[in-house]
Amino acid sequence: MDSPDAPSSEHVKPREVPYCGFCSLPPEYCEFGPTLDKCKQWLSKNDKVLYAILYNTLDDQLAAASLNETPEDDKKKAKEAAKIEKQMQKKMQSKVLIKRIERTKRKCVTSVFGLENFDVDLKKAAKLFANKFACGSSVTKNNQGNDEIVVQGDVSDEIFDLILEHWPIVPEDNIDLIEDKKKGK
Amino acid sequence: MESDWTREQPRTYSCKELGPWGLFNIKEDVTGHTQVKSSVQRAIRAKILEQYKEGIEGIIDDVMPKKAPLILMKCHEHINLIVMNNEVLFFNHFDGPYFPTLKLLHKYPNMLPRLQVDRGAIKFVMAGANIMCPGLTSKGARMDVSVPADAVVAITAEGKNEILAVGTTKMSTDDIKRINKNIGVETAHYLNDYLWKTVVDI
Repeated sequence: MDSPDAPSSEHVKPREVPYCGFCSLPPEYCEFGPTLDKCKQWLSKNDKVLYAILYNTLDDQLAAASLNETPEDDKKKAKEAAKIEKQMQKKMQSKVLIKRIERTKRKCVTSVFGLENFDVDLKKAAKLFANKFACGSSVTKNNQGNDEIVVQGDVSDEIFDLILEHWPIVPEDNIDLIEDKKKGK
Repeated sequence: MESDWTREQPRTYSCKELGPWGLFNIKEDVTGHTQVKSSVQRAIRAKILEQYKEGIEGIIDDVMPKKAPLILMKCHEHINLIVMNNEVLFFNHFDGPYFPTLKLLHKYPNMLPRLQVDRGAIKFVMAGANIMCPGLTSKGARMDVSVPADAVVAITAEGKNEILAVGTTKMSTDDIKRINKNIGVETAHYLNDYLWKTVVDI
């Protein structure tokens, strides 16, 4: 920190520290995280100035440093990176199912399944749905033993929009709407 | 049927060995959180003030507004987190000193005395290692302040602006220079550890 250490008289303003959107570290420490390449991509997209400052000088240093690194280190890093990559992929593949289930003649409930894969707190989500749609909404275990949110009433389209709006990390293509009709009319 | 290796092993880590955040997981390891009484809040505030005196006097009202509700999260191994506005501000172990979290330190870097480690040490600190004296005395490292033993210090690194870790000194800076062996600073919280990754949402 280049700022003078002398405490300025009364009010010290908090500094704003940017954090890498990929690995959450301050960007200058990305090089020590397992996902440097991804972090670089992110930074070059989001903060060109900082990117230029950090990596133009850094690349020389890195080149020097990597000479010292044993192949074992590299392997370890690659392994870790692969692990994180895998997790991300898994996350991106997992689906959110919104299901409309008929109860009696004209009544139905909507069940939302799979949100927890995107690090959504199910209880919070249930509460949000309940508030939004003014209806009952709860986290229940389904018969496979997995948690799902059951919302009273047919709100599948609204939930679809709400999920997109509220948890942007959930890709639109991964949300499926299903209708579960009672057989025989 | 349950074979031996599928049964969950009892967790045998201790605070000392792995650092408090060795395997921290906010969902499992927080035993409860309560909004504390205002008298308790005052006591905590007084303790933090006493501990950091000059470093924090100007900013304490920004960091911990008197009126805002303060939440105390209790975790295993006697770790307490002090949470305000869904942000972890401080943590301590048993009734030991309060450590500011790195997110807070990044906002107010002048809160603590800072020691600088050399570049080679960064990798190890970020893996949770304690800081050995040579890492603080070599070229590229800096100790501009003199600090007694058992003081809370922030660790920065050669060529970096941001704070890398928080810890307590095991010996005074003079001793670190003189003895130049063994652990100089015990790391309590470092970048990318489990506490860093923790997002509190109450």
